[in-house]
Amino acid sequence: MNPGNQPLMDPPQVPEDDRLLLHELIAYLRDHRTKLREEWVERITQAQLLRVMTPKEIFSEVTAVYDNYVDALETGSVETLQAYARDLSERIIPRGVETHEVLGIVLLLRDVLARGLFVKYAHDADLLNRILDAYEPAANRIAVTVGVSFVEERERVIREQQEAIRELSTPVLQVQERLLILPIIGVLDSSRARQLTEQLLGAIQANRAKVVVIDITGVATIDLTVANHLVQTVEASRLMGASAIVTGLSSKIAQTLVDLGVDLSMMRTVGDLQGGLEEAERLIGYRRIERGKKPNAAAT
Amino acid sequence: MSVAILQQGDYLIASIQFDLTDSQVLELRDDLSDRIGRSRVRGLIIDVAALDVIDSFVARSLGSIAITARLRGAETVIVGIEPDVAIAMVQFDLDLEPFQTALDLDEGLTLLDRRIQRDGEDGA
Repeated sequence: MNPGNQPLMDPPQVPEDDRLLLHELIAYLRDHRTKLREEWVERITQAQLLRVMTPKEIFSEVTAVYDNYVDALETGSVETLQAYARDLSERIIPRGVETHEVLGIVLLLRDVLARGLFVKYAHDADLLNRILDAYEPAANRIAVTVGVSFVEERERVIREQQEAIRELSTPVLQVQERLLILPIIGVLDSSRARQLTEQLLGAIQANRAKVVVIDITGVATIDLTVANHLVQTVEASRLMGASAIVTGLSSKIAQTLVDLGVDLSMMRTVGDLQGGLEEAERLIGYRRIERGKKPNAAAT
Repeated sequence: MSVAILQQGDYLIASIQFDLTDSQVLELRDDLSDRIGRSRVRGLIIDVAALDVIDSFVARSLGSIAITARLRGAETVIVGIEPDVAIAMVQFDLDLEPFQTALDLDEGLTLLDRRIQRDGEDGA
C-alpha cells in the first residue's frame, strides 16, 4: 500500500491475510478486464442508463472508470478516482445525465465485479466470504465517492448559474438624466429583494437620481416579507433623496397587499410603466410638448 | 469638539464630520435652535455623509431638530445618507417622518430654494 495515500481501512483491521486476498482479487479483475468491462457495458445498456451518450462514448468512459476503480481498490486512495469523477461530471452534466444514472452505473460495476467473484470462488464459500469482506467496504466507498463527486459538481454548476441569474436579473437603467428605472421580472424572494435594494441605492448615488420607477409588471406573486421589503426600498430611496414610483401592480398583487395589510401610505403607485414615466417626468420638472404646438400658457 | 454651523445666505449648514456622542447630539440641537432664531434663517441643512451609522437616538434627535426648526420658522433637510445607512435606518423602523432628505448638499440647497420659493408664492 502506498503510505502517502489515505488507506481504505485502518491498518489493524486489514490483516496480512486479507491484504493478500485483495491482491489476488485485483489480479483477477485485471486479468478479466475485457470480459467484465463488456459485461458492465451490456448491463448499462440493458438498464437504459446514459442514453444521451453514444455506445462508443460509453465504452471509452467505462474503460477509464474501470481502470480507475481497480486502481482505487488496489491503492486504497480514492483521490485519482475522485478527480476523474469530477472531470467526468463536468463533461456529462451539460448533456443532461442524471444523478440516478451515475449512481446506477457505479453500483452496476460493483455488482458485475461481485458476480465475477461469485463465479470464481463458487467452490469455496469460506474463501468467497473473506474475499467479499475485503471487497465490499472498498467498493462501497468508491461508489459513495463517485456519487458525492457528481452531486458536488452539479451543485457547483447550480451555484454558478444562480449567481449569474442574480446578476442578470436586476438591471438598474437610467432612461434620462436623474431618472432610473428598475424592471423586476420573475420571482422576488427576500434575498433578491435585499440585493435589489442595495443595487438601487448604489445607482441612485452614482447617477444622482431624483426619481426611480420600480416596475413590477413581471412579478407574479408577492408575500408579506417581500412587500415589506419593497416598502423599505421606497423609504430608503427617499432617505437618499430620490422619490420612488412603483408601477405595474397586477390586480392579484394589489389585492394581496391589501389583504396582508401592508402599510402603503408611503408608496406612490401608478398603473403602468408609461404612466410611471410620465409621473416621474412631472416630478423632475420636465414637460412634454408636441412639436409645432405652443406650450399651454396655463401650465407654465 | 462641537459641530461647526455655517451660514450661507438664508440657510444654516451643519456638517457632521465625526460620530457624535449623545451629549454632542443634544448640544447640536440646542446650538441649531438658538442660531435659527438669531440668524433668522429659512432653511437648515444637516450633512451626515461622514456617519457610518444612524441609530435610533440620532434619528430621533434629527427629527426633534427638524420639528424645533419648523417651529422657529426653518425647513430642515438631511443630506448625504449613504446606501448602507439608509438600509439600516429603514430596517430599524426608525420614525423618519419629520425630516426631508436629499442626496447631497447641492441637492439640499436646490430643494430648499424650491420650497421657500413656493411658500413665497403661496403667501402672495
